[in-house]
Amino acid sequence: MIESFSIRGVEFRNRVLVASGTFGYGDEVKDLVDVNELGGICTKSLSWKPRDGNPPRRIVETPSGMLNSIGLANIGVHAFIEEKLPYLRTLNTAIIANIAASSIQEYCDVLNLLEQQEGIAGYEINISCPNVKEGGLNFGTNCDMTRQITARLRPLTQKPLIMKLTPNVTHISEFARAVEEAGADAVSVINTLIGMAVDIRARKPKLSTVTGGLSGPAIKPIALAKVYEVAQVVKIPIIGIGGIMTAEDAVEFLLVGASAVQIGTANFIDPATGVKVADGLRAFAETQGLSDVGQLVRAMESNIQFSVIQSWL
Amino acid sequence: MSNQHAPIIQTIVKVVDRREIVDGIFNLILQAPEIAYRSAPGQFINIRCGEGCVPLLRRPFSISRVDGELIELMFNVIGHGTRMLSSKRTEDTLDVLGPLGVPFGIAGDYETALLVGGGLGIAPFPFLTDFLLKQKKEIVTFVGARTGRQISERHMTNVHVATDDGTRGLRGTVVDLLKKYLSGKPSKRHKIFGCGPTQMLKALSELASASSVDCELSLEGDMACGMGICQGCPVERADGKKKYALVCTEGPTFNSNDIILR
Ligand SMILES: Cc1cc2nc3c(=O)[nH]c(=O)nc-3n(C[C@H](O)[C@H](O)[C@H](O)COP(=O)(O)OP(=O)(O)OC[C@H]3O[C@@H](n4cnc5c(N)ncnc54)[C@H](O)[C@@H]3O)c2cc1C
Ligand SMILES: Cc1cc2nc3c(=O)[nH]c(=O)nc-3n(C[C@H](O)[C@H](O)[C@H](O)COP(=O)(O)O)c2cc1C
Ligand code: FES
Repeated sequence: MIESFSIRGVEFRNRVLVASGTFGYGDEVKDLVDVNELGGICTKSLSWKPRDGNPPRRIVETPSGMLNSIGLANIGVHAFIEEKLPYLRTLNTAIIANIAASSIQEYCDVLNLLEQQEGIAGYEINISCPNVKEGGLNFGTNCDMTRQITARLRPLTQKPLIMKLTPNVTHISEFARAVEEAGADAVSVINTLIGMAVDIRARKPKLSTVTGGLSGPAIKPIALAKVYEVAQVVKIPIIGIGGIMTAEDAVEFLLVGASAVQIGTANFIDPATGVKVADGLRAFAETQGLSDVGQLVRAMESNIQFSVIQSWL
Repeated sequence: MSNQHAPIIQTIVKVVDRREIVDGIFNLILQAPEIAYRSAPGQFINIRCGEGCVPLLRRPFSISRVDGELIELMFNVIGHGTRMLSSKRTEDTLDVLGPLGVPFGIAGDYETALLVGGGLGIAPFPFLTDFLLKQKKEIVTFVGARTGRQISERHMTNVHVATDDGTRGLRGTVVDLLKKYLSGKPSKRHKIFGCGPTQMLKALSELASASSVDCELSLEGDMACGMGICQGCPVERADGKKKYALVCTEGPTFNSNDIILR
């Protein structure tokens, strides 16, 4: 059974990665998971300087999901290189450095510094970040800005450049098309959805930042629809993310157009979910009589034209 | 605030017994040898209460007591997860992760340990009591609850009680009770171990520093992962080197001088 796939010449041992912010820097749970069985690890978002993150409360469970308002707390790219990369380099899985920033220049600086290091297979760019110059407006909800970031980063690296899209826009496919045109090698779909929860007795928002990012099984149907929408307009690989708990969930993502998937929130419940999903994908492909898990990609049978669906919405 | 990293184990454990010890407070006894042998007072485990998506995340519980290969939990029903736990039966199994977190710092040249617990904050005290007795420390325990029916003294020693409604012991908070006890006593011989709601710990921490008594606190808080990967459980640090510490991996126990409670 062939399980591997590649993006811009970088081979991933299988199609299941762990999502940024849900697996730390890969060393926290090494007692619990054989991380070498993962297709890849996306690091916590890295910024130029360390970030403290938001005040508590940062986490609220909601039906079949959770809200988070971590505020991109991270150790910063310098400490990452010194303290975390030496361990990650010893692993036999693809290390994807996820980058967050508050200006285009910061994205470039972080990527340039990482370019000088050994052991990084590629980059995933988190554009769900406030753009300080534009009064804190989210980069990723502005299509032109999204295109600009991609275009500025593209010439800086020959490694895979993966743009992670936010679903908090009207038509995510426009953003996917923009980053493909600007030279991205793949898109990750989706980041968290904006949500909130209220403490009715205190009459206050439960999260310190009022709203936060919704993740977990609750968002899976939305994530599938977003991957499907993006798959209609781009040719570059799509990495499907959102609420995946099982191999069956992952198969759904592959069928609607994802070439690979990432496991996020499920890691908090069972850090070995990614390995189990990879095993389950292989087993499912076997029962389907396939020779390559990749044969599931974009293999949904559907007579309905995308344009028809779009007009219903 | 040491960032020690004992190996964490994920294991399926058997429920040995479940009892309601006092009004609304349950004891769950689990056969968990790998965790029992490696844990220390103040550490916790993270339990998957059900199999589906509700509740989605694990729920953290202090290790209340260790007896051979058994671990004991003490909890009250406040929501979905604890309701599911309260209906577990002998022979049911649970998926648990542990032991997690940094144990209470029990070192020091104190003679008397003052254990101060509000509500379910007493949960880690039976384990701590066993440990301290082995170290030949004297122990005085202060327990606070809303009402007398919710007071458990199981596996604790030398217990003083305060209740909000005055149905048992002092009418008032457990911190008031401790204040009365401390007044007039020389401070050097004591060390406080506190666990309970944040506002109680805040008052306790203020009393400890006003009376110059060394004080260890065990915090509760929202956790998604319990093992340092989500960054969901910050508490403010006092040293200003970094703004926050993580309750799950740098705590849940902290010296009261190292953190700022709000
Ligand atoms: C390190 C640690 C150790 C703990 N040890 C114990 C223990 O030994 N015994 C015990 O009974 N509990 C303990 N807790 C608290 C326990 O984890 C919660 O009571 C439990 O998660 C509630 O789950 P639930 O699904 O029943 O309630 P949920 O449905 O999650 O919550 C119900 C309501 O209670 C509120 N709530 C949830 N958790 C807390 C909390 N920690 N403090 C205040 N309000 C809360 C929620 O906001 C919600 O409004 C501990 C917590 C931590 C972090
Ligand atoms: C606690 C938490 C922290 C996250 N941190 C990041 C982050 O730093 N960078 C990023 O690109 N995405 C981050 N995400 C988003 C996830 O990578 C993922 O896109 C999202 O959670 C949806 O997948 P899921 O439903 O499987 O969790 C975070 C998600 C959670 C729940
Ligand atoms: S609960 Fe996830 S980092 Fe503490």
